[in-house]
Amino acid sequence: MTIHLSIILFLPLATGLLGAFLPRGLSRWAVLAGTVAVLAYAIVLVADFDSGAGLQYVTDDEWIPELGIRYQLGVDGLNLFMIVLTALAWVPCTLVAALREHERPKLFFFHMALAETAVLGAFMAQDLALFIVFFDLMLVPFYFMIGGWGTGDRVRATTKFVIYTLAGSLLMLAGAIALGVLSTPDGGEISFSLAELQRRSVSEGTQQWIVLLFALAFFVKAPLFPLHGWVPDTYRSTPIVTIALLGGVLSKVGVYGFLRIVLPVMPEGAQHWQELFIVMAVFSILYGSVLAFSQDNVRLVVAYSSIAQLGFIVLGIFAFDDKGAQGAVFQMLNHGLVVVPLFLIIGVIVARAGGSESLAELGGMAFRAPVLATLFLIVAFATLAMPGSANFVGELLVLFGSFEDKFVYGVVASVGVVLAAVYAIRLFQRTMHNRPGPAVASREMGRIDVAAVAPLVAVIVALGLYPHFVVDRTERATTASIQEARSVGQELVIK
Amino acid sequence: MLPFAEVQAPEIDYKALSPLMATIGGSIVVLMVALLRSQFVRHTLVPALTGVSLLTAIGLTIWVWEPGEQTPIIEGALTVDTLALGISMLVYVAGLVCVVLSLRALAAREAGHGEYHSMLLGSITGMVILAEASDLITLFVGIELLSIPLYVLCATELRRRTSLEAGLKYLVIGSVGSATLLYGLALIYGATGAMQFDRITDAISSDAVGVGDPLLLTGIGLAATGLAFKASVAPFHQWTPDVYQGAPTPITTFMAVATKAAAFAVFLRLFEHALGLTQLEWGPALAALATATIVVGNVGAIAQRSLKRLLAWSSVAQAGYLLAGVVVGSTLGLQATVFYLAVYLLMNVAAFAVVIARERVSERGDDVSALENLGQTQPWLAWPMTIAMLSLAGFPATAGFIGKFYLIDATVAGDYAWLGIVIVVGSVVSLAYYLRVVAVMWMGRYEVELPTVPRRHVKPVAGWSPEAEARAQSEVAAIAVLFAAATIVFGIWPDPLFDAAREIGTALSGLN
Repeated sequence: MTIHLSIILFLPLATGLLGAFLPRGLSRWAVLAGTVAVLAYAIVLVADFDSGAGLQYVTDDEWIPELGIRYQLGVDGLNLFMIVLTALAWVPCTLVAALREHERPKLFFFHMALAETAVLGAFMAQDLALFIVFFDLMLVPFYFMIGGWGTGDRVRATTKFVIYTLAGSLLMLAGAIALGVLSTPDGGEISFSLAELQRRSVSEGTQQWIVLLFALAFFVKAPLFPLHGWVPDTYRSTPIVTIALLGGVLSKVGVYGFLRIVLPVMPEGAQHWQELFIVMAVFSILYGSVLAFSQDNVRLVVAYSSIAQLGFIVLGIFAFDDKGAQGAVFQMLNHGLVVVPLFLIIGVIVARAGGSESLAELGGMAFRAPVLATLFLIVAFATLAMPGSANFVGELLVLFGSFEDKFVYGVVASVGVVLAAVYAIRLFQRTMHNRPGPAVASREMGRIDVAAVAPLVAVIVALGLYPHFVVDRTERATTASIQEARSVGQELVIK
Repeated sequence: MLPFAEVQAPEIDYKALSPLMATIGGSIVVLMVALLRSQFVRHTLVPALTGVSLLTAIGLTIWVWEPGEQTPIIEGALTVDTLALGISMLVYVAGLVCVVLSLRALAAREAGHGEYHSMLLGSITGMVILAEASDLITLFVGIELLSIPLYVLCATELRRRTSLEAGLKYLVIGSVGSATLLYGLALIYGATGAMQFDRITDAISSDAVGVGDPLLLTGIGLAATGLAFKASVAPFHQWTPDVYQGAPTPITTFMAVATKAAAFAVFLRLFEHALGLTQLEWGPALAALATATIVVGNVGAIAQRSLKRLLAWSSVAQAGYLLAGVVVGSTLGLQATVFYLAVYLLMNVAAFAVVIARERVSERGDDVSALENLGQTQPWLAWPMTIAMLSLAGFPATAGFIGKFYLIDATVAGDYAWLGIVIVVGSVVSLAYYLRVVAVMWMGRYEVELPTVPRRHVKPVAGWSPEAEARAQSEVAAIAVLFAAATIVFGIWPDPLFDAAREIGTALSGLN
């Protein structure tokens, strides 16, 4: 029973509230200090993490006893690096935002801080209802950030984004309540605690439709084909720092939900839909990759590549194989670490092209900006899973996992690896090489932008050199997460 | 010749009746005092006395609060149990809010402060009687006492045509509802031969009547229809948008919140207590009504520009959610319904208070565009409205989320899981209009898509009066902030509401 997680969780919100009462100029620094403190705390958390133990730093209190909702937080191998990713992503994004002028800065930074708290909460929650509270709460700050500070047709975009995601997550809420109520034994107290839900059980038929509701929420969030309808509008209109967080971190909450909730609690249901979800994942890999190299808007290139990458992650999870799940968890971290700097770099590039986001009008920027080009190149290589990068290890594990008994899907998915090289290199060439676009001014990155991006790139390189740092810590929890679902599958085979 | 000597006066429990006497007495005193026509009396003393009367009633309610099943008093006419008292609390709070919002309202001045406040207290008395009613006659008396002053109050902005229209429309449709209800009650009496709820239960459980008795079922159907009019349950909701829009906004606020609470009190007591044995018969029918209401309300709200109409349609949808709690006929459902009524009060009062604040100074009246850019110009109004909208839509960290959670919990536990899904789907649709209001306030400079209705330019309600001073809104803003804050507080720490709901749940025994 510790308070550490609660401190990490509410620190951003506290600084956000504090910022609201500080003078205009100061609020951003308060929030930035909060994100840095969270990062420091997260690093301590990793250093102190015991890879041999289960759930750690557990906080378990009553919250709403009437509804069986507990305030339960904990860290294990599944979410340790997701928390680190969140902390790592928020610092550079807040830093970059803090140096731009915003209208109503206090409000913007309050929403940034609230968003960090909500995302951390979703990752830490060990109670299903608490998870949903934070899962839905995430939408509020993003709704305001996109609608208030975005570009173009932003109100429409943000409304679409919220309706899409909330449609999914409200259905998940209904499913979760059903799960809680139906799993309550006669005369027992209703509970949403994940550990408790895992002990109780509901019939296979019930599991099937509840899993479907959960999958809807998670796939919309991820996003996966064909539930990605909100993606183009949202990615186009969102402020760059916000979209870095949305694409890099928020997309992981959904897939994380499968490992944390769906597979351990409803293994039979998950097993039932395995085939369907794998097909969706493979489709997403192909569809996302193909669209990513046919887009003209830089943001959309990354958006569609994310759909493909999340397809890989889902494939890894639903292969129900140790290696596959390992790869998926690793890839969740890697993808986040790649997308955040990618978007920050795009922000820099677009600023040098007079605000144009069209690939046709970019180009030739590497000439006078070697640092920018180098950082971008490393990130691009990581995106295409160059051997030697952590992404390579992640994708390889996913593919190994799916080859075990979903061979055909594994083979089709490997095509995605090739396609990734095409769109990543295309993105790099069109922006950095080629003929300069009409409004392009080739300038080096500012010091602050380098300070924001370089540490992330350093982490990418470090993970490429030493992937075991992550894999060792996630192994135990990941194996435990898929164990049930896998044994259900094996029983079916034996029958 | 009547043998007078043999008539036994019923035993009267004055303690249990004391909250009622506070409002009845208040109603009479206020009317009398207002005969002194000095400015001080009209503008200060009358509202103050009304407030005192309501606060007294609240105090007495706490005094007589006694969990557990209570025996009916006055020959079975009224049951003063926690269900009735809990609902009365909501009604009193709504009344207090209405008094504060009316302090500088045009309606009170035009209709006369004494009459206005006296009728308000009269209507409150009716609602309390309705919540306590435990026989068919008192039920009807309550519903009439509730309605008739409201018909008048809706029309108190004498010089505005829509106000008069609202009053008349409400009168006509309300009377149809009352008549239907009365007919239904008569048939129930005809089938069971009993007036008191307890005896109706006994009669149904005896062999003589039986659960499937056609006379009884027709009676239940008609009674449900009559109550559906009052609670604005589809398809009997058509009056709601017009009346909500036409009535003076403080009255709309009161009506939206208090009438709904009282109507659902009857739904709960009549259906779950008196007719509880026939739940299998009326459950599916009410579930169908709830579904229709959720769909109609949410779809109807999408095309609205007028905030009052939007809130009216949203209140129709919310009635559907509430009805889901009645359908399951369990203690959990009862608690969830009462819980949601309390939450509904908080978020609607916050929203309506902002509407009042804006329509008093904006030439757009209650049009959505009156809120344009409010986030920048008046955050103290924009935040309460935002919180109210997010809570109505069911976002977490607001009381609305917990309320919906509780209702879905009750529907699933009562084997109506599909109704829980309907609630959820309704909430998704509702985002379309709730979020638009939020967008107009915070993102308004970048044209938010609004339904294409020509922009109305109306005189601010305060256009003719001293209300036009912007500072005249401090009490309205205070209400908005207070209730929005409560929405958040109860969203994070709902225990007090749950405790109350649990005690209210003990009032009706014999539920699942």
